[in-house]
Amino acid sequence: MNIPYQIVVCGGVVPDPLQTLEPIATANGPALKNELLLPHVLDPWSAHALYEAAHLARRSAGSKVWLVSVAPKTKLQQVMMTIGQRVPLELVAIEGPASGFTDAADVAAALAAGIEGIAGLDQSRLLLFGGWESASRAAGATMQMVGERLGIIDQFQGVDELSVADDGALRILERIEGGQHQVSVCSGPPVLLGWATGNLPEPPNHPQIGMQNMRAIMPALQKARTAQISGGARFESVTLPKQQRATRIVKDKPVEEIAREIVTWVTAE
Amino acid sequence: MDATAVRPHAETLRTLPGDDVRQIMWRFADRLDLQMLVQSARAVARGPVARLVANGARSTHEWTEQKALLLKEFDAAGITGAPLEPADGGYIEGPKNLALALIAFELAWVDAGAATGSLAGCLALAPIHERGTAEQRQRYTRLCAPPEPGEDRKPWRGAFCLTEPLPYVGVETSLLGGRVRVVEWEAGKEPFLEVDKRGRFITNMGFANFVTAAVDSDDPRIKGTCMVVLEETDPGTFDRGTPTRKLVHQLSSTCDPVFRMRVPADRIIGGYTVKDGIIIPRYSHGEIIEAVFRRTRVTVGLMTSAKLLSAVEPVIRYQRDRFRGSSAVSAGSPRYELGLQQKPDALHRLLDVWATGEASASLGFTAARLFDELEPVEKEKDRILAGQGIHGGSAAFKALRKVQKDALEYLELRRKPVGRRESQRFEKLENDPLVKYLLLDSLASVYCPACKLWNTGHGANMMREAVSLMGGYGITEDCPGFLGYKWMDAQLEATYEGPEAVQRRQLSVTMINEVFLAQFRGWVAEMREIAATRPGTGACSLATAMQMWLWTVQHLQVAKDADGAALYQTNRQGVTFALADALCWLLSARSFILDVMELEQAGPQNPVVAEGLAGTVQFLSDLCHVQTARSAGEAGRICAELVYGYNRHPAWDEEGYKGCYHMDELMALESIIPGLASMATDVIESDGSHPAKAGPCAKCEGLEPFIRLRTKLDGCLTGSQLAKDRAAEALTKVMIPAALDYPA
Repeated sequence: MNIPYQIVVCGGVVPDPLQTLEPIATANGPALKNELLLPHVLDPWSAHALYEAAHLARRSAGSKVWLVSVAPKTKLQQVMMTIGQRVPLELVAIEGPASGFTDAADVAAALAAGIEGIAGLDQSRLLLFGGWESASRAAGATMQMVGERLGIIDQFQGVDELSVADDGALRILERIEGGQHQVSVCSGPPVLLGWATGNLPEPPNHPQIGMQNMRAIMPALQKARTAQISGGARFESVTLPKQQRATRIVKDKPVEEIAREIVTWVTAE
Repeated sequence: MDATAVRPHAETLRTLPGDDVRQIMWRFADRLDLQMLVQSARAVARGPVARLVANGARSTHEWTEQKALLLKEFDAAGITGAPLEPADGGYIEGPKNLALALIAFELAWVDAGAATGSLAGCLALAPIHERGTAEQRQRYTRLCAPPEPGEDRKPWRGAFCLTEPLPYVGVETSLLGGRVRVVEWEAGKEPFLEVDKRGRFITNMGFANFVTAAVDSDDPRIKGTCMVVLEETDPGTFDRGTPTRKLVHQLSSTCDPVFRMRVPADRIIGGYTVKDGIIIPRYSHGEIIEAVFRRTRVTVGLMTSAKLLSAVEPVIRYQRDRFRGSSAVSAGSPRYELGLQQKPDALHRLLDVWATGEASASLGFTAARLFDELEPVEKEKDRILAGQGIHGGSAAFKALRKVQKDALEYLELRRKPVGRRESQRFEKLENDPLVKYLLLDSLASVYCPACKLWNTGHGANMMREAVSLMGGYGITEDCPGFLGYKWMDAQLEATYEGPEAVQRRQLSVTMINEVFLAQFRGWVAEMREIAATRPGTGACSLATAMQMWLWTVQHLQVAKDADGAALYQTNRQGVTFALADALCWLLSARSFILDVMELEQAGPQNPVVAEGLAGTVQFLSDLCHVQTARSAGEAGRICAELVYGYNRHPAWDEEGYKGCYHMDELMALESIIPGLASMATDVIESDGSHPAKAGPCAKCEGLEPFIRLRTKLDGCLTGSQLAKDRAAEALTKVMIPAALDYPA
């Protein structure tokens, strides 16, 4: 049974993780040093969600993908130059901070409002995707609140796989302890999936998809509404994580030896 | 220039210039297609290309399965399709020189062999694109188009075969070893040709499905030279040959092929006519090559620019981390935090590398944009001339020669204030496509060889400097940023598609075109105007250096050497080539200044750029100042050598004595003009002895304007080292990423 899904993916942008991310205190609370100047990428969890959406949409004829994003427009535009060449999508842009120090509830409200504003959205075909820890830098709460606001009660978090049965039922694998998955079967949309890494590859780049997307992306960016995101939470202090990057270049090392070294390192902690 | 006029901004560079800054400087902020192309090309460069290099793929010159996978990556990224028209499977509307330049830049940021490989397909198609018949264009561009989304088709790859083997090493526009002859010609039917060609250093040859080959007639029934298309399935020998044992650009496939094939005559690129039983190709191989290389050389120049700019981040990281890990250097100490950046020499040398990279990138992208602007104008020119029954060659040259007067008049009118020029005439000339063509063509004919020559030649020297800044690490395979490889690669870029001597030769002709010189004169005033509001850029010293270069060109065109021989003439390469070198320094510095001005003006409209704009502009202006001072110094040195160097130095002989005082005579004059003796340097003593030096000092008569300019230029360097110190200070503070974004 082919169901033409309406897949809405929520995804913010974050500074490229290879950049120097140095917390600083500002009059408006904590921030990252030079954050606006740093190159950004789509939040990695959201990126997995988007790629899974693209694969599903390609398999289910008539499906469509929306990307709803709360982010500074200029940064979002930069990110769309990459993402827009991989996934045919329609962008719903909401101007707002991408900072990790915003309140997840405010972000969720802005996303839900953006989704409700999509013309012709049909709840009976709606798959709401997002990263399970996106938008609030690992608070893990945003997608859940978006779902609540939209009245979607079938929610799955830490999803690694979605398959559609012949009768249209959705079989979902969620991460649980010990590297295992919980298997759930849901009769169908509407459903919310907070993706972990998924298991499908990045869709191939294609410039013609990019050119097609850009015709709608630029107007979407221009008419982006500004979300009221207050910040909400008060941060007592912000510091860098204690772990340090220690890169070694080792060539031709057997896999078994690498695994043994990792186990030794983990158990020594 | 008065250094006190320079009031540096308190802001300093916060992060390395990002995409938003580059899009403004290199003028593609409004081109979303190009911005996407940059991102996808970068993903290939810093992903699969970098992994290949890191895994040692450069250690063999063989074309391997791993290297071949890059072709699919190029297809998916839009690199293969970028040169094609949308109707033929491409996706970029209009001229594509800037697009190709950006691809080359992004790929060469990691590995220029990958850039060369990606562009070689474009080079193979270029003769067909530029001069092919409509049928040829349609067939080969569609075959080469990458598959559409969901389409399962293997695109064709091409190779451009011009260079020939020993004993004819390389390329000559007038000599060709490859031969073509008629083997079958039935009355009223298409003739069949046999093509006999041996190639050398042919890129893409390891996998090419077709070849565009340059050949000469070996048959009285074919006139002159031409280029033909050979397909791998044509009858005969299509031997890809042995891989070239090159030391550089190992990610591209390069072989020495052998062809002996039978093809229909309609494979002659551009077609042919038959007159009195003789096949006359529409275009000679020289005409096609000129049209092709004119554009593609710009991309080669930009490959070296990318290397220089890519060196900045790894060198800064190396300098800062240099002493970390030593038990004698505690965290938080200046030595720990700054490492080698505690010492100004390390900073100053890196600034020289960075400034060269900026100036060469600015020059290269200016040239690429110029060709984009020229392309439609050139087509319009061809259309107009065709309407007059003129189809290229000397007839077109003569027709355009007549328009040159109009172009010069237009430039003269443009210099005048709006109210003081004849507006109707000005508008007429401004809208004249032929005038516009002459103006743009005169610039393109200078910028292309200048970019190829300076970016790669001086760039290779500066890459050595970049490698040296990494110490012994620089010449290992593990050097972050692959700087050692890049240094080697730069030498190839200085050589292929026309080595440095070819570029100097072309410049020596095009740079004395009156239309170019008239525009150049206008740029002197332009630099002074910029200097009036932005003295910190060094624009004033550049203006003086440009004036000096102009004076020198004019002087050398009429001056004679000590033996009475003309100085500025074709075979006097000691004069013409050196002046070409000097011009390149000036053009690159000017392009850099104009790009920084663009950033300052357009930056505030982009919130991301605006955030750190003051500091970025301050730093780049200081870098401009450093570069203009160096450029002015180089140009001044070259001009002085040429202006003075061909005069014979006076000797202590009868002729030389004529310009000297004799002691007796001087004493007599001293009694009339007290103090005169103390000012006389060349005095012949009563016993005939003279001061211990080469001879009486040279008089330099007629060179007074030059002497004044040279003195002025030296003074114009005021403040340039202060700018360098400021920029060096910024280098110690700029935030860089935690790690390089590609493996090493």
